Amino acid sequence: MRKTLLALAAGLLLAGSVSAASAADKLKVGFIYLGPIGDLGWTYQHDLARQALVKELGDKIETTYLENVPEGPDAERAIEQLVRAGNKLIFTTSFGYMDPTLKVAKKYPNVHFEHSTGYKRDKNMSTYSAKWYQGRYIQGLIAAKMSKSGVLGYIGSFPIPEVVSGINATILAAQTINPNIKVKIIWANTWFDPGKEADAAKALIDQGADVIMQHTDSPAAMQIASERGKLAFGQDSEMIKFGPKTQLTSILDTWAPYYIARVKAELDGTWKSEDTWGGLDSHMFAMAPYTNMPDDVKKMAEDAQAAITAGKLHPFKCPVIGQDGKPVECKGGDHLDDGQILGMNFYVKGIDDKLPGK
Amino acid sequence: MQLVLEKRAERSNTIALVSPLIAIGLTIVTMVILFAILGKNPLLALHAYFIAPLTDSYSLQEIAVKATPLVMIAIGLSLCYLANAWNIGAEGQFLIGAVAGSWIAVKTQGTDAGAWVLPVMFVLAAAAGALYALIPAICKVRFGASEILTSLMLVYVADLFLDYLVRGPWRDPNGFNFPTTAEFDPVATVPLLIEGGRLHLGSIIALLVVAAVAILLGRTIKGFEIRVVGAAPRAARFGGFNSNQLILLTFAVSGALAGLAGIIEVAGPVGHLQPGISPGYGFTAIIVAFLGRLNPLGILIAGLFLALTFIGGEQAQIAMKIPLDVTKVFQGILLFYVLACDSLILYCFKLVFPNRQVARGAN
Repeated sequence: MRKTLLALAAGLLLAGSVSAASAADKLKVGFIYLGPIGDLGWTYQHDLARQALVKELGDKIETTYLENVPEGPDAERAIEQLVRAGNKLIFTTSFGYMDPTLKVAKKYPNVHFEHSTGYKRDKNMSTYSAKWYQGRYIQGLIAAKMSKSGVLGYIGSFPIPEVVSGINATILAAQTINPNIKVKIIWANTWFDPGKEADAAKALIDQGADVIMQHTDSPAAMQIASERGKLAFGQDSEMIKFGPKTQLTSILDTWAPYYIARVKAELDGTWKSEDTWGGLDSHMFAMAPYTNMPDDVKKMAEDAQAAITAGKLHPFKCPVIGQDGKPVECKGGDHLDDGQILGMNFYVKGIDDKLPGK
Repeated sequence: MQLVLEKRAERSNTIALVSPLIAIGLTIVTMVILFAILGKNPLLALHAYFIAPLTDSYSLQEIAVKATPLVMIAIGLSLCYLANAWNIGAEGQFLIGAVAGSWIAVKTQGTDAGAWVLPVMFVLAAAAGALYALIPAICKVRFGASEILTSLMLVYVADLFLDYLVRGPWRDPNGFNFPTTAEFDPVATVPLLIEGGRLHLGSIIALLVVAAVAILLGRTIKGFEIRVVGAAPRAARFGGFNSNQLILLTFAVSGALAGLAGIIEVAGPVGHLQPGISPGYGFTAIIVAFLGRLNPLGILIAGLFLALTFIGGEQAQIAMKIPLDVTKVFQGILLFYVLACDSLILYCFKLVFPNRQVARGAN
């Protein structure tokens, strides 16, 4: 019996070392995920892109991911674990991984890092993000057309510029349809917590909102809106199956082309530290089909999408009026420049709320 | 025939010693079955969980880093629990300690403050943790309020207070509005012990705490008092021990240790104050305290073991692509078996045949 066990163990170890040898030739690519891969939102989309990557380049690369990595003291260890496991290109897919990624990047200059949605870079650390505010603008147009109460409900995650610029773009668009549009904002203070997100959606509906929009990652708000017979926008992923009669559209994160391009660059030895901020034109995100709306609203949305893609329409076209009633300095010619949007730390006029921490 | 649990005449000391081993054995058997069902090689999986993290200095350091706050908090909690005082709010005391210590770090940021900063941060954090723990203790002693509830509820107060500070007054002005303070200055950072690693001074402090409490419990009258009040309250009263005073004392000590653990975590591995600095250390420490049988050395081992499951879980995710959920299942199963096996200390299995007489009569 003991001999059999020993033989078995030896065989297993051998098998392990053989597969390790064949894997050694492949480029190892690692991913750090904020949520579970089944969150059906943010992390789910990153993992879909990883799967697309494997499909495209699977014979040359091997991918590994760590899911549910909190943005606290554990993040640095998780990233370093991937480095130590031999990953040469590592995607850290949430804002809160910025400082931990930078720390590990400084420690391992020969490993390349790609950090999503942050602003700190290094020789071996790129950043990438998408101009989601463009999609928010389209949603704002639709919301204003579809809302009967004239009150929109907005579930925010954290009051960081990415989220604030999304709220502002939404309202600026909605005001072009209904100058008196109101928005109620609830900060969930989390990216992913279906319970909290659902509670926020309920509270917003109780306050009179009839169109729910969210900057959090789960379909919980969509489900609540669906139960209450209201309308909602999905987030990150296609959420139509959680609200077949509810979802108007959804901003879809489509990371696959970027991931494939970056991994190819790594394979070719042409990888450089870069700052990528792509919009509708560069397919960093896409809009889900426009549903549950009349044809004229749909046409308006499609026209706006085409205009933004072609660069003819800018969501932050000057003048942008701040909450204090004064126009914001216009640094980009006829619209706010990228720096102003990336660091956006103010609400526009018409938002009857105070930005947390202001 | 029936299998029943029967109370032993006295607690079995043999079982008390071997029960954790039985529990670990049963856990491993269960996990092997689970891995097999998942189609993963059980031997390699167990290797990734338990052996691989122990084979290189990096992982060993990480285990120590992860275990440090757990052990420090659990040691304090064990004093409370031994004295029959139920402090469930160590998480809150941890957060308040982190906040109080960070106050100095934030206020001295960018100034030429000297080496006094870190020691003062430690003292403030411990003091704040102790005071915060005294709130439920005083409510208990003075008004008879359940310390379980009050200490637990204060966790949320501390959490929201921290949240407010990093979103408002202490927010990093260059942090793009993200709820975090700026990175602490080097003088406000816990020194590292090994170049290039993450092992820090806090782990040494945790070891000192373990030793100090071991001496307190084993060699001093106060330690004896704590154990008597918990084990035999009536006898303690006859002995003239003041149990109210002990509740205040043990709460204060455990609060101070949790607070100290909080600032060490923030000024150490994290480097700044932000929400989410604790992935539930204060609650996990309760498990560590009981897993270690409220014994300082036991707690040290239990803390390291739990840390091992975290690090091993990550390595299993990387090496074997075993989902994180399996690690959580694994930790749950382990606790279940530990508690189940512990019941054997006071109870034993017995087969009874209630129907035998009747059956014979019928024949």
